[in-house]
Amino acid sequence: MSAAAYSRLRAVAFRVAQSIPVVLGVVVISFLLTRALPGDPAAYFAGAAADAASIQEVREALGLDKPLLQQFLLYVTDLAHGDLGQSISSGRPVAVDLVSRLPASLELTLTALVLSCGLAIPLGILAATRPGSWVDHLCRVLVTAGVSLPTFFTGILLIYIFYYLLGVAPSPLGRLDFIYLAPDHVTGFYLIDAALTGDWETWRGAAKQLILPSTTLALFTLAPIARMTRAAMLTALSSDFIRTARAAGLSRGTVLYAYAFRNALLPVVTTLGMVFSFALGANVLVEKVFAWPGIGSYAVEALVVSDYAAVQGFVLAMALLFVALNLVIDLLYSVIDPRFGFAAK
Amino acid sequence: MTDIPVKLTRTSGTLDHLIYVLRANPVTLLAFAMFAMIVLSAVFGPALVPYDPLQTDAKNALQAPSWAHWFGTDNVGRDVFSRVIVATRLDLAISVAAVALSFVLGSVLGATAGYWGGWLDIVLNRLLDTIMAFPLFVLAMGIVAALGNTIENIIYATAIINVPFYARLVRAEVNIRRNAGFVQAAKLTGNSDIRVLAMHIFPNALPPMMVQVSLNLGWAILNAAGLSFIGLGVRPPTPEWGIMVAEGANFIVSGEWWLAVFPGLWLMIAVFTFNLLGDGLRDIVDPRKRT
Repeated sequence: MSAAAYSRLRAVAFRVAQSIPVVLGVVVISFLLTRALPGDPAAYFAGAAADAASIQEVREALGLDKPLLQQFLLYVTDLAHGDLGQSISSGRPVAVDLVSRLPASLELTLTALVLSCGLAIPLGILAATRPGSWVDHLCRVLVTAGVSLPTFFTGILLIYIFYYLLGVAPSPLGRLDFIYLAPDHVTGFYLIDAALTGDWETWRGAAKQLILPSTTLALFTLAPIARMTRAAMLTALSSDFIRTARAAGLSRGTVLYAYAFRNALLPVVTTLGMVFSFALGANVLVEKVFAWPGIGSYAVEALVVSDYAAVQGFVLAMALLFVALNLVIDLLYSVIDPRFGFAAK
Repeated sequence: MTDIPVKLTRTSGTLDHLIYVLRANPVTLLAFAMFAMIVLSAVFGPALVPYDPLQTDAKNALQAPSWAHWFGTDNVGRDVFSRVIVATRLDLAISVAAVALSFVLGSVLGATAGYWGGWLDIVLNRLLDTIMAFPLFVLAMGIVAALGNTIENIIYATAIINVPFYARLVRAEVNIRRNAGFVQAAKLTGNSDIRVLAMHIFPNALPPMMVQVSLNLGWAILNAAGLSFIGLGVRPPTPEWGIMVAEGANFIVSGEWWLAVFPGLWLMIAVFTFNLLGDGLRDIVDPRKRT
């Protein structure tokens, strides 16, 4: 193995190891959140309909009668076995509920992110290469308006325009209209599952349902990405190596994409981490607006009926998902940046 | 005697710069005007609105906007305009309280960690990293669910998820100045560490903090409205933008758009104002950081 590849591999391993304390911190905080309940946590976990006997049962099952440190160890052991507790409202283990609903959320969030990156990055590049033009102004307006838009409000506005006024969108109720049958479960992503079985009728139905919610989420995440792309491209384009590349007579395309864009990509990818945080939060609101059966609306339903195990399981699952996404983003650096692995300690 | 004229020229320089920036950037001026309007409607709104925001009127339910009801009426006949204006106070109060809390908490934590460093700094950084490892809105949901579903807990939750931004900012600003010449001079003249930190170093962090506050206020309003949209904190029939949008959402598919659109629009305008204000303040404080 060459020295460069070795140091690169070491940097990757180092980065993966760095996320371990973060995961630990996340687990500690979610443990504290489940124990911070005012009053008797056991009564909360047992639900409103519980009697004294079942509260006692829950207390023993969760180990709430033991010292805090022992409770924590018990909590971690349960987590290691994938046990997030029992949901009162569905009567099933929280982990099972979350896993069965996760694909819906991921399909929505990922579609939205692909959509917003696909729009925001070209927009940012265009705005940076033509400062002062109408593209630049459009970019500025979109960026300022985009971060001010409450996601739930955008969603409702889009429903009003495209469902009620124009009648082009299907009714905003879930992932698939009831005239279609859900495709066989392979990945849980309806678009992929329908494509795998070659059921294009269902694929179109699922895509139609997906357009409005993912646009809503994309509009929200568009702004920070476009803003950062524009700023990073402006910085890159005004640097000396671009002047040199231009003076050397390289074509406009090469200068723009091979030189400027590749350098501008680093801050953009960094922003993606923050965008993910926003997107996962906004996801909850969008799912509520569109009655999307993902983990966000699961948590909202659980909140309404005070289903604590379900809510805290959701918070923990989202945090772990976010840590994983951040790890993926950081590892993307190793693809983009050839210096990766040398600068790392 | 000599420091008085120096001070005078500095103040008028800042003022000149302010006027220059405002003249060059009418958008910032507009943001200041909108901000004044929002503050006025928060302070005087409840006294000025034409109807009682809680007064139901069954025979005037679901009226479209008209001269009598500018924003129409909702499903039980309450005037949407009055409710939207009255809600300004609550929404603003929640976000101002939350931002003030995180400002104070973040300043104290960040300044201590940045000045003394050591294990305190390490512990604080770990803690902030852990908070930031959560998707922030989701963490706020979890905190409110754990502490109980009240408005105060919405404020605490919003404050906690904003603390990292302030603490990191203050820590960085304090850290780069802790060995500066003016700090050593202040220490040599016999000032205590705490006095040097609070009176000499911390004020330097205030300009970037103000920008952060303005941007954060918009975000805090969005966050609080989002939480009440999913049914946390504020309870109906209290007028609040998030909950009004949530209630109006049920009528949007049958075409009664004004129930949800006007509160949503007001929410958007408020957030937009704070974002514009933040950008404008940044231009005044640090002209190099314009994007």
